[in-house]
Amino acid sequence: MQASSSVREYLVTGGKTVGDVSEDISRQVEGKPTTLWVVSFAISAVVLAFGFYCGCYLLWNGVGVWGLNKTVGWAWDITNFVWWVGIGHAGTLISAILLLFRQRWRMSINRAAEAMTIFAVICAASFPLMHMGRLWLGFYWCLPLPNTWGSLWVNFNSPLLWDVFAISTYFSVSLVFWYIGLIPDFAVIRDRAVRMGNKTRAWIYNSLSFGWDGGAKTWMRYESVALILAGLSTPLVLSVHTIVSMDFATSVIPGWHTTIFPPYFVSGAIFSGFAMVLTLLLVTRKTFKLEDYITIYHIELMNIVIIVTGSIVGIAYITEFFIAWYGQVPAEQYAFLNRMGGPYWWAYWCMMTCNVVSPQLFWFKKIRTSLSATFVLSIIVNIGMWFERFVIIVTSLHRDYLPSSWSMFHPTIFDIGEYLFTFGFFFCAFLLFAKFFPVINMAEVKSIIKSTSEKKH
Amino acid sequence: MEHNKNYVVGIFTDEDVLLDAVGNVRDKGVKIEEVYSPFPVHGLDEALGYRRSRLPIAAFLFGLTGTCLALFTQIWMLGYDWPMIIGGKNHASLPPFIPVTFEFTVLCASWGMAITFIIVSDMAPYKWPRQFDNRSTDDKHVMAIDLATNKLSKQELTQLLKDNGATEVNEKNF
Repeated sequence: MQASSSVREYLVTGGKTVGDVSEDISRQVEGKPTTLWVVSFAISAVVLAFGFYCGCYLLWNGVGVWGLNKTVGWAWDITNFVWWVGIGHAGTLISAILLLFRQRWRMSINRAAEAMTIFAVICAASFPLMHMGRLWLGFYWCLPLPNTWGSLWVNFNSPLLWDVFAISTYFSVSLVFWYIGLIPDFAVIRDRAVRMGNKTRAWIYNSLSFGWDGGAKTWMRYESVALILAGLSTPLVLSVHTIVSMDFATSVIPGWHTTIFPPYFVSGAIFSGFAMVLTLLLVTRKTFKLEDYITIYHIELMNIVIIVTGSIVGIAYITEFFIAWYGQVPAEQYAFLNRMGGPYWWAYWCMMTCNVVSPQLFWFKKIRTSLSATFVLSIIVNIGMWFERFVIIVTSLHRDYLPSSWSMFHPTIFDIGEYLFTFGFFFCAFLLFAKFFPVINMAEVKSIIKSTSEKKH
Repeated sequence: MEHNKNYVVGIFTDEDVLLDAVGNVRDKGVKIEEVYSPFPVHGLDEALGYRRSRLPIAAFLFGLTGTCLALFTQIWMLGYDWPMIIGGKNHASLPPFIPVTFEFTVLCASWGMAITFIIVSDMAPYKWPRQFDNRSTDDKHVMAIDLATNKLSKQELTQLLKDNGATEVNEKNF
């Protein structure tokens, strides 16, 4: 029963067999870290350490060390928060929604994308936590815990509280989904270690795999769990950025008070998430020599997702402007004119160029199948998406209803330090993941080897 | 687990050969202990005659628990224990409670089902699985047949597995 198709491209090239999959993916876990890995990890750790210092300084001295002022009360912190949450959308989208749609090309990219999701969500969560200033009281402010003020409960009517639940649920469900997928692959490394006689590694990976046996009954249950988790995660992914957008949309600030925000934020999140997946995977595929598993075809398909979501984002920008004009509310109209031509015009036009113009280049097959072009554009997209959040947050706030309180936002070294902290953490975590965990879902790729692997001729 | 159990272990390299073999072996009235595979083989659970997993029902019940708990908590806290007027709305109005209820439902269903899966599959970090051939996580499908529960002799079973495409047939004692 050979089911190779001439219409679709091969998902695995190089004539790989099932055994080759175990060998190729486990090798990097078993080998010594490369010099490139050590150097990258060292750089990330230094950045993390500097960020950690800035975080400690902030906790000791208070949020005043940031560049916030009375008018601009939300700036880099919330921009970074929304940016990281957005990046965190691709992983679960790839593993859950593409699983339900039976898109088999997700199989070699979902593991790394999910790992990226989990780390990005941790980075995101650090910003509202730091913004609370008194982090040690955060539990009482965020969770409905009995306390000595009444108990005065948290306000369940507030989108900020919905956010607490949305982000923490998203993080924890993504973690479960990711870990359940890792279990059979840890067992592969365990059994290879047993055959190689490496007892310590066998013991560690057996613990990680929860003593996985790979029996037909276990696989049946496993598949049932994966399907239900995908079903549960699909509305969850869409709900998370919807709720993040409600932080803004339910307020009465011109520029934020928009019903288009939920779908606009969700597509923007998928857009930036896929861009970050591409940035990371292009590097991972090269470093770990995974060209046969993450092929040009995979990259092209991800670029197509970027065109679609990027175009939705572009239409959303234009719609916002149209509605501001059509709605005839002077404050709203001013907010949008100020975005385009006010003191932050450069941020606005940077966003427009990076998010609306640059993804359109992927209409050319040459560009969307070129590795270097994809790498550059994937970074440009994420720069654009950062500016999108900055534009939405800061330009809407800095000129409010009262012209005497108009102001500008200038980041301090601690604003920058907090942002660097998350970069340091993200890359340290991703590098550790890439070294010690199988970066590609071996079991899933093995299951499609027979039907979609290029045969040796 | 009882000691000194003898098993005949058939090794297969192709999932389609394995599926046919499972059917043929079971048609001969042989009881298969379990089949171990490196990846989920579609149709294997049916070929082995397993009942569908009831984990989705568990997930539903966990989810329902989450829904009820979240709704009850929010209505009780903001409606009865410390009523507050927020934005001129009712103390306990349903729409703003939906996001948290939804998230908590998903949270309970996912974790509940994942933990149930680990428990019913008898998995734990300190447990080592009973493995007939550890290549079953690499690239081989391993069919284990318990001699004690079958009438056929070891030689007959070995021959049966070989006739059905097993690349190797071994013996394993626990």
